[in-house]
Amino acid sequence: MISMHRGDIAIAGASETARLGKIPDQSVLQLHAEAAVRALADAGIAAAEVDGIANDGMPPYDVSDYLGIRPRWLDGTSVGGGSFMVLVRHAAAAIASGAADVVLVTHGESGRSRVGARPYASDGSSLGGQFEHPYGAMAPYSTFTTPVLAFLEGRGMSPRDLAVVAAAQREWAVGNPRALRNEPITVDEVLAGPEIAYPFTRDMCCVVTDGGGALVLMSAERAADLPSASRTVYLLGSGEAAESPLLSQMDDLESFGAFRSASAEAFRTAGITHADVDHIMFYDAFAHLPLYMLEDTGFVGRGESGAFYAEGNSRPGGRLPVNTNGGGLSYTHTGKYGMFAIQEAVRQLRGEAFNQVEGVEISFVQGIGMMFGSAGTLILSNRRP
Amino acid sequence: MTTGPVPKPTPETLPFWESTRARAMSIQHCLDCGAAIFYPRSYCPKCTSSDLEWRPVSGRATLASYVINRRPLPVFEVEQQIIALVNLEEGVRMMTNIVGVEPVPTALQLGMALELDYDERGDQVLPVFRPALKESE
Repeated sequence: MISMHRGDIAIAGASETARLGKIPDQSVLQLHAEAAVRALADAGIAAAEVDGIANDGMPPYDVSDYLGIRPRWLDGTSVGGGSFMVLVRHAAAAIASGAADVVLVTHGESGRSRVGARPYASDGSSLGGQFEHPYGAMAPYSTFTTPVLAFLEGRGMSPRDLAVVAAAQREWAVGNPRALRNEPITVDEVLAGPEIAYPFTRDMCCVVTDGGGALVLMSAERAADLPSASRTVYLLGSGEAAESPLLSQMDDLESFGAFRSASAEAFRTAGITHADVDHIMFYDAFAHLPLYMLEDTGFVGRGESGAFYAEGNSRPGGRLPVNTNGGGLSYTHTGKYGMFAIQEAVRQLRGEAFNQVEGVEISFVQGIGMMFGSAGTLILSNRRP
Repeated sequence: MTTGPVPKPTPETLPFWESTRARAMSIQHCLDCGAAIFYPRSYCPKCTSSDLEWRPVSGRATLASYVINRRPLPVFEVEQQIIALVNLEEGVRMMTNIVGVEPVPTALQLGMALELDYDERGDQVLPVFRPALKESE
């Protein structure tokens, strides 16, 4: 009997689509399929070996059928852009229990070009449609952002702290042709940018792109027999949690309970402490999220997140690199960034990142779903304990 | 009257929308544990009791947080909007718009006293809030 944690489950294959950014010539399904085929090739395993399929945003068998796969395990858990952290956790449980042997987790989204994508629509009878959308709290930039002044004021922080996050992350994306925003930017330039929703300026808000990514999971034992064995990444621990579909119903505007509980479970199941973590990926649709996450996942104390960024800890050469692809703010954000945060963690652990951090053995990945709705946490390592 | 998405009541929310149309916004209270409840539902989220009662609110609230949206979606037909989270005196929080104030940060202090107002939207009436008049006025 194997465990879903402590290194018994492996990410054996991982890949993004060949292109990211503006891809008007590929449908959503094509993006899923291309990422899947590339991840299978990365693992060195045939599609015929896949018996589990998971994705968010469409029935999971839309993707398996497209690739000629007949799965015996399905998961379409759709809890927002952080669904992929949750799906990896579910896949690990399925493999550990014997419900599946080889699971393909896919993502594809035509977030920018909207090719083959479902139209955006507000359902007036949904909770959001009744109690948030009528006020303009519809687009993420005018909804996800609403609690930030309570967070900042409660800590004696200011909008400048948001700009520091955006500028610090940009340093990781500079020169990376796959990053949509890859030119240097200063804190003052971020603050002087076009205001989207006070206090957020443009560069405090994520990019909007097309793209996809996929992961292939299996037991560590099985992964050891693949040609990709030397690049295997192991799941040490994980967690998931949720609060409310309505932003206004957060238990606390200054701290997200789902970050606290999902990350605590991930640390507990991994059997590691914060001091063991070498590298962090925080899902950053907007610049306030890394600040909430730093505090809620316990890497810093309450009110210390702004200083953590201002002191340069997250930047290239810093003591705890964060969002080393530039994050959703600079690298890419299809609408569901979670897959790309996991991809960058895998690249760092394999030593294959565009801006590689030396000596990364454990990476912490914190996802968020919807707008302070759900959370998923993964702790990954390149060493099997 | 403003332009934008119109809420479509469901069976459990209909009393709320009927109360705003009567300009007497009401929320549910649990008769078992005393909790004030928002958004409307069939069971108390604190104790799962179905013994709930609708009561009008006082209309007093404070500003918990906000953004000034400079890019309202076209459906709203406005230049900007103050999208706010407000704490009602009864102990629940809701999303709303702040009206009757300049959309500038200096006019919007967290914790400031607000009072309930109403805004017609299609065939419904939305609860909105405006800065409270001082007690003496």
